Amino acid sequence: MTPRRRRLVLVLGIIAGVAVAGGLALQAFRSNVTFFFDPTQVAAGEVKQGQRFRLGGMVKEGSLVRQAGELEVRFAVTDFKREVPVVYRNVLPDLFREGAGVVAHGRLQADGSFLADEVLAKHDEKYMPPEVARSLKKGETRSGM
Amino acid sequence: MFGLLGPVLAQQRYVQAVPFAVAGQFVFTVLAMASLVNAFVQMDFSVRYVAENANSALPLFFRVAAVWGAHEGSLLLWILVLSLWTVAVTLRSRALPKRFIARVLGIMGLLSFGFLLFTLATSNPFLRLDPAAPDGRDLNPVLQDFALAIHPPMLYTGYVGLSVAFAFACAAMIEGQLDQAWARWTRPWTTLAWAFLTAGIALGSWWAYYELGWGGFWFWDPVENASFMPWLVATALIHSLAVTDKRGLFKSWTLLLAITGFSLSLLGTFLVRSGVLVSVHSFAADPARGIFILAFLVIVIGGALTLYAWRAPLLRSSAGFELTSRESFLLFNNILLVIAAAVIFGGTMAPMISDALGQGALSVGPQYFNPTFLLPTLPLLALVSVGMHANWKRGNLSRTQRPVLATLVLAVALALAVWMGAYGTGSLMLPVGLGLGMWIILSSLVDPIDRLRRGLSLSAGVLGMSVAHIGLGMLTLGIAVVQTASIERDSALSVGQSAQLGAYSFRFDGVEPAEGANFNATQAKITVQRDGTDVAVLQPQKRNYWVQRNAMTEASIKTLWNHDLFVAMGEDVGKGSWSLRMQVRPLIQFVWFGAIIMMLGGIIAGLDRRYRQLKPVVEQEPDAVGDAAEARTA
Repeated sequence: MTPRRRRLVLVLGIIAGVAVAGGLALQAFRSNVTFFFDPTQVAAGEVKQGQRFRLGGMVKEGSLVRQAGELEVRFAVTDFKREVPVVYRNVLPDLFREGAGVVAHGRLQADGSFLADEVLAKHDEKYMPPEVARSLKKGETRSGM
Repeated sequence: MFGLLGPVLAQQRYVQAVPFAVAGQFVFTVLAMASLVNAFVQMDFSVRYVAENANSALPLFFRVAAVWGAHEGSLLLWILVLSLWTVAVTLRSRALPKRFIARVLGIMGLLSFGFLLFTLATSNPFLRLDPAAPDGRDLNPVLQDFALAIHPPMLYTGYVGLSVAFAFACAAMIEGQLDQAWARWTRPWTTLAWAFLTAGIALGSWWAYYELGWGGFWFWDPVENASFMPWLVATALIHSLAVTDKRGLFKSWTLLLAITGFSLSLLGTFLVRSGVLVSVHSFAADPARGIFILAFLVIVIGGALTLYAWRAPLLRSSAGFELTSRESFLLFNNILLVIAAAVIFGGTMAPMISDALGQGALSVGPQYFNPTFLLPTLPLLALVSVGMHANWKRGNLSRTQRPVLATLVLAVALALAVWMGAYGTGSLMLPVGLGLGMWIILSSLVDPIDRLRRGLSLSAGVLGMSVAHIGLGMLTLGIAVVQTASIERDSALSVGQSAQLGAYSFRFDGVEPAEGANFNATQAKITVQRDGTDVAVLQPQKRNYWVQRNAMTEASIKTLWNHDLFVAMGEDVGKGSWSLRMQVRPLIQFVWFGAIIMMLGGIIAGLDRRYRQLKPVVEQEPDAVGDAAEARTA
């Protein structure tokens, strides 16, 4: 092979490799991105059946229930218009409490409750997940109209 | 006092004056840092920054570390580190052409001018509170840890160190001339910066593991990604610089990597500091800061890329190489590293872009990052051993076949033995990772051992490369095992009850109150047994800091040579039971040891005496084989 042809092969190989990598990355991206929904959107049926998503809002005051001695907890996430019951079977984060912002990852179950596999609470009292803040704000303006 | 800095920094083309400007800037930055440290030590709560991040109950050690525990002080730290690098370049480069080095220092001066302006305009740590606060609001409890003292300085030293390569690249483009000597000047700086960056990222990962109680070493958190992307590109850069140094090839590619590397570390700063990202690292969101950094980013990156578009065509290289020569392997290394960085870049930026376009809030997690990162990384790891033993220029692999194949066979045998003997889980990634890791370690040993046996000298460059690759191998082993063979379980346990995790049983022995310097805590006692004998007693805590009133989990970890036993407390779930998070993490220490060894390798290679002969170099070839081996600093 002449140096020129060798370089051509190399360059073509690289382009092919990059294209394959890009395609696969895009594929992985499409099937693994999780979207955010607030309780109003969930109630409106915007979530596809079986889709994994993030549910965000405030933990409703007085909604936290736990059988004494059990790990499983139930609570409701609300945007002050609608609420979604949540079931969680792991250790709750430090900053989880009623009346505070929360984001839960998981899926809807057949009975309409949300089975969470991960629950994130805000990092400190100044912080609220931006999506939750926005969704609550949207709710306020909507209800104000 | 801060006002003095501005004029000193104004970029000077008067070559003679440059060292004085550098010295002046350094002295004043040190003064500024010293007075901020002093304010923290003296607990001067009339300084707002101090009042917000310290408290009279905070121990002295944390008061000093708290200086960079929040936005303003960490910027000052950034500037101080930049100034340190600038001084180092000035001192070490006296033998370089005066005009060239003046340009390098001028660019670094411009960068620090930009950052100083940013600090003064939006984040001055010396703003006063009037009247002074009676006491401070205290440092975020998460940050009250030994790692705060070393993680940010290390990481910043790495981040900012990339600015040296960036400045060298810009200076070369302004000169319109880039030769092998240039690569030789740039290499030690880049390698050292890379070593610090490695250490900084590893420390951050270790911190997240034991302090945040997240129970893993890597979470694809955007802030982690922000430090990982420059690391990947810097890794590519040190390899491509080796080619530029030895063979005078890849010139414009090297320039591009130097620009990209530093741009990504600026981008990281932007992402973390602007409040675009919300995580443990973002202190407070302030739109003015975000816009300032964004503008700065556009100027620096845009300027450098314009310069590149204009000047790079001048820097053609003509030498050829064959498909199986070391040049090609280093080219593959570069491409794969850049693909990995690009994949992470896409995943990190997608949520922000989608958000900005009003496409809805999406999030990208490990389900995306893990497979897409593995895709370029597996071939990358597989090529390390072959590439390391390939010759420059020539494409003849047969001469180097023997050690490569021998180590491959040995590695496969060892991997299978360890896999069957110790783990035996179903995941295919475990034996693959074990095999790759062992192959890299073994084949990194071949060259140094061979040279020692033949009584040849072992240059620091070769040694450093071998050490760094051994570190990479250990890291691979650690990641492969911990990702596939970890056991984790959350359980509610009553006193005396046990949970079984693999061969270990965790018995909950109850809780008792405990007290620290500035917090109260509930402390649990968990006895871990294996085959009926006690292995460890773990005492995790749930802390309540007096000032900030936040609950904080302090995990307890017992490190055995091949396992970590981890327990973090959840909460009192009633009936005397507590929810507990328990984990067995095999080989996780290899992740950090591997990274530390990589850093050591970088330092050894960066301090190679070869780089100190700063006379313009004419490539001399004592003997072709020796030269090829010498060049394995790659």
